[in-house]
Amino acid sequence: MTTNLIEMAPYYAGSTERLLLPTWAEVVKITPEAEGVSTFALRFIDPEVQKHYRWLPGQFNMLYVPGYGEAAISMSSDVESSNGLVLHTIRHAGSVTRAASRLKIGDVVGLRGPFGSAWPLKEMEGMDVVIACGGIGLPPLRGALYSIIREREKYGKITLLYGARTPKDLLYPNEYDDWVKAGIEVQSTVDRGDETWDGRVGVVPMLFYHVRVDPHKSIVIACGPEIMMRFVIYESLARRIPAEHIFLSLERNMKCGQGFCGHCQMGPYFICKDGPIFPFNKLGPYINVEEY
Amino acid sequence: MIEMNPTIGSTVALRKAELDLLLADLRSNGYLTVGPHQQDESILYQEIEGLQDLPRGFMSEQGPASYRLIQTGRERYFDFIPAAQSWKQFLFPPCHLLYSAHKETPGEQIQEHAADTREIKAGKWSVKENDSPAPRYALVGVRACELAAISVQDKVFLRPDYYDPIYRARREELFILAVNCLHPNATCFCVSMGTGPRHQGGFDLCLTELDDLFLVEVGSELGRSFLAHRNFYLPSAFIQTAANQAIGMAASRMGRSLDTSDLPGLLIENLNTERWNQVAKRCLSCANCTQVCPTCFCWDAADQTDVLGKHTRRERLWDSCFNPNYSYVVGGNTRPNIRSRYRQWLTHKLGQWKAQFGVLGCVGCGRCITWCPVGIDLTEEVAAIRQEVKA
Repeated sequence: MTTNLIEMAPYYAGSTERLLLPTWAEVVKITPEAEGVSTFALRFIDPEVQKHYRWLPGQFNMLYVPGYGEAAISMSSDVESSNGLVLHTIRHAGSVTRAASRLKIGDVVGLRGPFGSAWPLKEMEGMDVVIACGGIGLPPLRGALYSIIREREKYGKITLLYGARTPKDLLYPNEYDDWVKAGIEVQSTVDRGDETWDGRVGVVPMLFYHVRVDPHKSIVIACGPEIMMRFVIYESLARRIPAEHIFLSLERNMKCGQGFCGHCQMGPYFICKDGPIFPFNKLGPYINVEEY
Repeated sequence: MIEMNPTIGSTVALRKAELDLLLADLRSNGYLTVGPHQQDESILYQEIEGLQDLPRGFMSEQGPASYRLIQTGRERYFDFIPAAQSWKQFLFPPCHLLYSAHKETPGEQIQEHAADTREIKAGKWSVKENDSPAPRYALVGVRACELAAISVQDKVFLRPDYYDPIYRARREELFILAVNCLHPNATCFCVSMGTGPRHQGGFDLCLTELDDLFLVEVGSELGRSFLAHRNFYLPSAFIQTAANQAIGMAASRMGRSLDTSDLPGLLIENLNTERWNQVAKRCLSCANCTQVCPTCFCWDAADQTDVLGKHTRRERLWDSCFNPNYSYVVGGNTRPNIRSRYRQWLTHKLGQWKAQFGVLGCVGCGRCITWCPVGIDLTEEVAAIRQEVKA
């Protein structure tokens, strides 16, 4: 699914007539999630935009910090959240996202979006779903989790496989109980444990060995570091899950979000417009070509 | 002079001095006339006021990493081929201010802005959009390959699902005064790419230059309306035949050729051939090829911020897939090596472009060959890859 931005204009932050001009939004709440990761709750200053803005789980915004620039950040909130705030969980790693770490409540940032493709929620209905993610890969999937939980009966078995570097890096830890109660199996792992950790130690793809997967009715959706995704693909294919049922959210240098600045290309695709979420069968020829 | 009205599709003759009046007419109708001008030992496209600014009696001699102007002493304005720059600088400016923002500090006197400037308050920031109207350009002397390049960029920037407003504003107002090529260079291969040397439409007026006159083909109602005021006459059949022969001769004198029969597959299916390693040893990753290329469209946006962080200008700038930062993400660089950057450029231009926009991204103008400081020739690279794959 690609977004037709002209058709979407009423629901869209940004401007079709002004290249890269964002819509301004106020920081309402900042929640520290882990070392170097926080969630920003944003509200559009223009109430009309606030009322009409819509997105789908898995899509992203270009978030502009004045004086620094833009970064592509996935929305991590529920698309039907009652207060209408748009949450962006940000790892403060690059120049723009580090500038974001200095934002205070009441500061103003720019948003353009939503951009890109969404998780295949429709296709997932009636299927078992394995959600595999690592580190900052969970926030883009949290919206999908919320949507699944809201209509839990529509889906089969849901398994979340999540890993982080250390126990302190696991995001949203106080939500896992709610997810389990809502009928989601949560499997977590860390690269390095500490004195508080009595869970698994190892990489995310290894968690596949603790899940029973029915290849005929399973969909895998994954987001995380490239190396993790390669092994998620491997483990999924090894379990005879068809390539078109493995969905990956890819990261590239996204600048415009509209498929014409060129930076995020991979083969024939502009990741920002044709992705970021792709079924693996579309990526097959390119994803394993070194540096392509 | 016979009293008559030129029709779209017809060809008339014009004395050379009349072109000067035509340019003056365009200027008095609000067009900014831009065209070839001899400067810095090369032909550049810039604002021209009339015939006197055009490069009279020049040809260019081009080869890999080589460009020389030679004086012919002939009364010809359009014998040089092709100019150093392309026209993309006018439709897709190399640097364009998007907006500027100023951070207000408490107690500060706010500067008064001009009444027509739209200004938005964004918290502590007041944001001024760039409201300057798009210039109305009349492009003077557009070659067939260059017009093909504009139509390639149209597909990039004027997609059905989205468009670039900066490009669109300039494109819609464009007047195109085309010219047929008569003296192709050693780096030209428009015949291989099916783009030239003869124009096939898409212009307002199209010139074919002979020693003492221009033949002018009318391509649009707009072009007709400007030509109607000029002192034109009907060319003899002899003159028309001479012009046609000259264009035909040009087609047979292409300096280079590129076999497109197995593109894009040849490149896309051979991403790990040895030739990529070899070309990477010569390529400097300087990005010259992408800057002179009339179809390369990559751009970046950057904040130019003052040292106090109180003023910022957000600008759209040309970028290139050869820049090290181009594919940078926090996790690392997708293409850290020259090999992968050159491969990206060539497999995009002569490969993936087709899937993205329905055409190849090369029009055969040869600029990337001329302006490559080490003389890398894409026609040679493609042939070498074909050779290697066959072997």
